[in-house]
Amino acid sequence: METFLGLDYPTLWFLVVGGLFSGYAILDGFDFGAGAWHLFFKEENDRRIALNAVGPVWDGNEVWLVIAGGALFAGFPVLYASLFSGMYLPFMLFLVFIIFRAVSIEFRGKEPMKWWRRMWDISYSISSIMLAFLLGVVLGNVLQGLPINENHEYTGGPLLDFLNPYAIMVGITTLALFMAHGAIYLLMKTEGKLYAHIAILLKKGMIFFMVTFGITSLYTLLYIPHLSDSFRDSPALFVVPLAVFLSIANVPRLASKKKYQQAFIFTSLTAALLLVLVAIELYPTLLISTTDPENNITIYNAASSEKSLGIMLTIAAIGAPLVLFYTAFVYKTFRGKVKIDETSY
Amino acid sequence: MDVEILSRIQFAFTVAFHYIYPPLSIGLGLILVIFESLYIKTGNKEYEALTRFWIKIFALTFGIGVATGIVMEFEFGTNWATYSKYVGDIFGSALAAEGIFAFALESGFLGVLLFGWNRVKSWVHLVSTIGVFFGSMFSAVWIVIANSWQQTPAGYHIVGEGLNARAEITDFWEMVFNPSTVDRLTHVWLGAFLAGAFLVLSVHAYYILKGRFVEISKKAFKIALIVATVFSLGQLLTGHHSADGVAVNQPAKLAALEGHYEASAPADMYLFGWVDQENEEVTGIGIPGGLSFLIHQDFDEPVTGLDAFAKEDQPGQVNAVFQFYHLMVAIGITLILLSVGGTLLYWKGQLFNKKWLMTIFMFSVLLPQLANQFGWYAAEMGRQPWVVYGLLRTSDALSVVVQANQVLFSLIVFTLVYVLLFTLFIYLLNKKIQHGPYDDHEDEGYSLQHDMADLIANQK
Repeated sequence: METFLGLDYPTLWFLVVGGLFSGYAILDGFDFGAGAWHLFFKEENDRRIALNAVGPVWDGNEVWLVIAGGALFAGFPVLYASLFSGMYLPFMLFLVFIIFRAVSIEFRGKEPMKWWRRMWDISYSISSIMLAFLLGVVLGNVLQGLPINENHEYTGGPLLDFLNPYAIMVGITTLALFMAHGAIYLLMKTEGKLYAHIAILLKKGMIFFMVTFGITSLYTLLYIPHLSDSFRDSPALFVVPLAVFLSIANVPRLASKKKYQQAFIFTSLTAALLLVLVAIELYPTLLISTTDPENNITIYNAASSEKSLGIMLTIAAIGAPLVLFYTAFVYKTFRGKVKIDETSY
Repeated sequence: MDVEILSRIQFAFTVAFHYIYPPLSIGLGLILVIFESLYIKTGNKEYEALTRFWIKIFALTFGIGVATGIVMEFEFGTNWATYSKYVGDIFGSALAAEGIFAFALESGFLGVLLFGWNRVKSWVHLVSTIGVFFGSMFSAVWIVIANSWQQTPAGYHIVGEGLNARAEITDFWEMVFNPSTVDRLTHVWLGAFLAGAFLVLSVHAYYILKGRFVEISKKAFKIALIVATVFSLGQLLTGHHSADGVAVNQPAKLAALEGHYEASAPADMYLFGWVDQENEEVTGIGIPGGLSFLIHQDFDEPVTGLDAFAKEDQPGQVNAVFQFYHLMVAIGITLILLSVGGTLLYWKGQLFNKKWLMTIFMFSVLLPQLANQFGWYAAEMGRQPWVVYGLLRTSDALSVVVQANQVLFSLIVFTLVYVLLFTLFIYLLNKKIQHGPYDDHEDEGYSLQHDMADLIANQK
């Protein structure tokens, strides 16, 4: 098997996909989070500012989903096929909310009527909340495993099976993390009364996150023992959960000093580290079969050919610096507090 | 209805709806690059107003394009799991390249294009516009490569058997430049340019007819007319090349396009007609031996007909393929007549007085949209019963675990959501058009001035 830096190609692609989903969680995470708070702002002008804080970037953030999804399809087609066809209805709901959210952002400012704006405000906020929640539900189900047969096909029920207590807890925790992350993003983008209001909301958001995160962690340790196996085998890996706790603890510390840019780095880091934790818990499995471990989908039985992975690694190596360049350029252009002008939503 | 037909309807419906928007983004992207370059070169405020006006309409089409595009990517996995496993190794690298090279470029610069007018220097803004335009062109590259590979697979070998069979890549560049990529890509690009140009023609023809924003509209109309003329003529060439390619690579599809059944006989080319699938006959008006001439430059040369293929390897809907193909060609010729005729009259200085012609231009926006749609219907239905030509049947490509009621549910939801989306799109597009190319506040006086100037000019 071909290797690069001592890692085989499926492992390298696993890292690429993990990196892309981390990037996606950090980026769309803050704009879903900002959207989740939307109805907490009562004034029309506050809502406009909050919406325009994500206005120039949400579209680019969603691109990360397309790229991460494409990378999953390209590198691990067997997983893509099993997971997406198995979780048919959750993914369809996800798509509907993605559409409604995009439409709400685009159309809200196009008419001055109160009912019009209120309708899109509600649709924007609910779809943001549901998208964060559904991402967590998918993650929760992947962590627990799904009933998968020898052809790597899902054999469970269509919808309610996915809404089990653990998946719901992971969903709520994801929402809570994104809300804290989004509130900090909004704090970097606002000033005056709105800024003061969001600072109070952030405190509530952090408490919400810490409580749900605590419950989910405990639940994982007690009821999903297979997820701790990696740590029992190599205790050195405990440095990762430790880093997660330190990263989370830094957020309220920095927030109390109003150092929101640094706090934002730590909520981003938390999201990324939690996915590193997921990666460690799963690797080299991608999807655990709850019916028979023989049917597990792993990075080896799900991967594309070495040739294909090699091509895609080359594409990624050329493309990644370009993507980082555009992203940095856009964020630099729109840095600082939101100013409403005639191009705004 | 069974899962196969429901999944096919859902995919066809969602992709047909999606395909209203990307061609507009590509086509308007080209027009925006021209308008903005002219603004920067001449400093003429009218080109600035045109650029800003069309950016707003571009934004409307782009947002819907992104949201409906994510649906397409997900549907491969949700509805066509076996297909995803089969083509993942090949299709994957094209899709990954699209995400990284095209979509990131497009969406990265989009923020600057839409919201950066007051934040960056004017040349940086132009670079962003060009970036978005190139990004949308590149998107088409990778998507068309993937689809062309399904039409004319190359650079692969098959590994495994039965349910576990899949295509694996053996040569990336052979896959990229498979026999139909170049012809189909140019055909798609030109179709997109025409979609954009005719939207611009249509809106400004409307203004000219209404006597609003007349001077600025004449400038925009002229530019769009040049684009339309060049590319409607060019489309003749790419279309012909595509047909030649189909003759070599997909003989069953070629036969279906003209309803040619006899296994080996000279084939006719119809202007219009009707295929009786049961009796394997075409009733219509055409040129005897025309298809033979088009392909072989000889009226008597035989062309492979549908009967040369086993019944289960023939497209199921020959008449539909025939009709969509002929409608596309008819529209293409109409677009040439319209744009070349318009250019000649413009040259003589008589174009803008011809009310009847401006009325036709006002409605002409529908034509390239319909041609784009019909062309794809013919291409995709003509490939049936295969999803990957000669390798994987559509009926074998489904998600085994998804049930009919699930697909029915999602199909109903998509239908409702897309009807709502389309209604909003038309409503907002109309609102922007009624509002016109000038901004509300500081430019109100400017706009009024122009309306006055138009009024005076019209009275003379």
